[in-house]
Amino acid sequence: MLKTVAGALILTLLPLPSWLEIIRPGFLALTVLYWSIAAPRAGGITLGWICGLLLDAFEGPVLGEHALALAFLAYIGVREHQRIRSKPIFQQSLIVFAALVFYEVVLFAIDGWSGHALTTPLRWVPTLTGALIWPVAAAILARSYRPSA
Amino acid sequence: MRWGPATSGSNSGGSAERLVAGFATGSGRPLQGRGGAPGFRFALYAIVSIACMILDQRFNWLERAHYILQAAGYPVELAVSSPVAAWHWTQKSFATRDSLEAENHRLRARLRDLELRSMRYDALAQENAALLELRRSLPPVAQRWLPADIVNIQLDSLRQRVLIDRGTLNGVTPSQAVLDDDGVVGQTMHVGPWSAEVILITDPEHALPVQVERTGLRTIAVGAGDSASLALPYLPANADVHAGDVLVTSGLGGVFPAGYPVARITEVHKDTVEPLAHVRAVPFAHLDTDSEVMLVWFRHDNPAAPLKEVNGELTTGDPHIQPLAAPARPQPPAPAATPPDPKNQRDSKATKANGKAKKPEQAPR
Repeated sequence: MLKTVAGALILTLLPLPSWLEIIRPGFLALTVLYWSIAAPRAGGITLGWICGLLLDAFEGPVLGEHALALAFLAYIGVREHQRIRSKPIFQQSLIVFAALVFYEVVLFAIDGWSGHALTTPLRWVPTLTGALIWPVAAAILARSYRPSA
Repeated sequence: MRWGPATSGSNSGGSAERLVAGFATGSGRPLQGRGGAPGFRFALYAIVSIACMILDQRFNWLERAHYILQAAGYPVELAVSSPVAAWHWTQKSFATRDSLEAENHRLRARLRDLELRSMRYDALAQENAALLELRRSLPPVAQRWLPADIVNIQLDSLRQRVLIDRGTLNGVTPSQAVLDDDGVVGQTMHVGPWSAEVILITDPEHALPVQVERTGLRTIAVGAGDSASLALPYLPANADVHAGDVLVTSGLGGVFPAGYPVARITEVHKDTVEPLAHVRAVPFAHLDTDSEVMLVWFRHDNPAAPLKEVNGELTTGDPHIQPLAAPARPQPPAPAATPPDPKNQRDSKATKANGKAKKPEQAPR
């Protein structure tokens, strides 16, 4: 689990050409969401909160912004993990899309509150690409899943 | 096979084995139950996060935490950027002789141009000093500069930020000017011991006080969010600006001294029904291709130095030189017929009492 989190963090920080930059999905958010659905006890809200703090160390205007948003995302995942697991992959993507929209709304609200609002519509693009990449991401993450870990 | 959406078939059934698309919880493994009370735990973390944010935003208490996080994050950032850095290094070390020769040639030509241009600089500087009737020629406004490498890393995809490899151990402070050889790049934000985050002038949150070089018109250049343009949103529709005008820093704002080149205006769009003109400019600094920038420290006793805020007033230059005392204003004779207004009276008394010398803004210029 920690390996996948580290991998997601590296993917988040990796420099990319600008057009790829815009569509880069929130890898860390996807990873947190996956673990909170697949292993709600091991991962879950604590993992989300710690990953959020990690992300806050690198970006974000105020400390705690991503921590709150990722904890919220993990909470959605943990709360609904039974229901999400039971859905076919296409519907899972839709649910993930909705969850990522909630996540982004939390970030957007905090950005606005702290006076660093970014109103460009481009900020919503990663939500869509995140949902599109979900089947692939879940498959890759499932390979590293050992319930004992 | 763990990945089995195809085997799910109809999904209306309820058996646990079929409910596992993508989650590697096969029939042999029990589904892990919920841990504790997720709602309670989330509420706890939410309260901690919100407290963090309020402390950070309103009271600025977490400056220290930012500093530590910046320090802790730097090795990770270096590690992530290392493959790209290695690739650049390999490219550089295998650069062909031809390209090196070409670059050498180009640099020589540029050096010659610059030398030709600065040949008369000393003479002009002295002439200028004499014209300004200053007793000695002024030292240059830039006191010290330090090259810094940009760490090749993406901090935030929608904001224009870069990380540089200099921090407080090199004397870097927050809100310090960052330039490259063609113009203004940005200023430092969060500074760690070995690294600092630089906000570029093209960041949508960055506003830079500028001046149109041709007319002296002052305005504010705001980042447009991509690496190649600035917007000037506060110019009235009748402002005297043309495409091709050069923008320089105006010296207001406290970070950059006056006169550093910023951008060239490329587009002026004036709509008759709009009160404000729509103006775009392209920065001189190569914000998207730079790999090295300059951190600059300025001499604060130079007249061109950025204004510093002291006790709520912007000041520049030598603090020991005080403006001349304002001559006492002749008091207008109070009209005898009107009843004395207590507020007015108090005001005029106050002016009489300390209006002698303590009002520098009334000094004749």
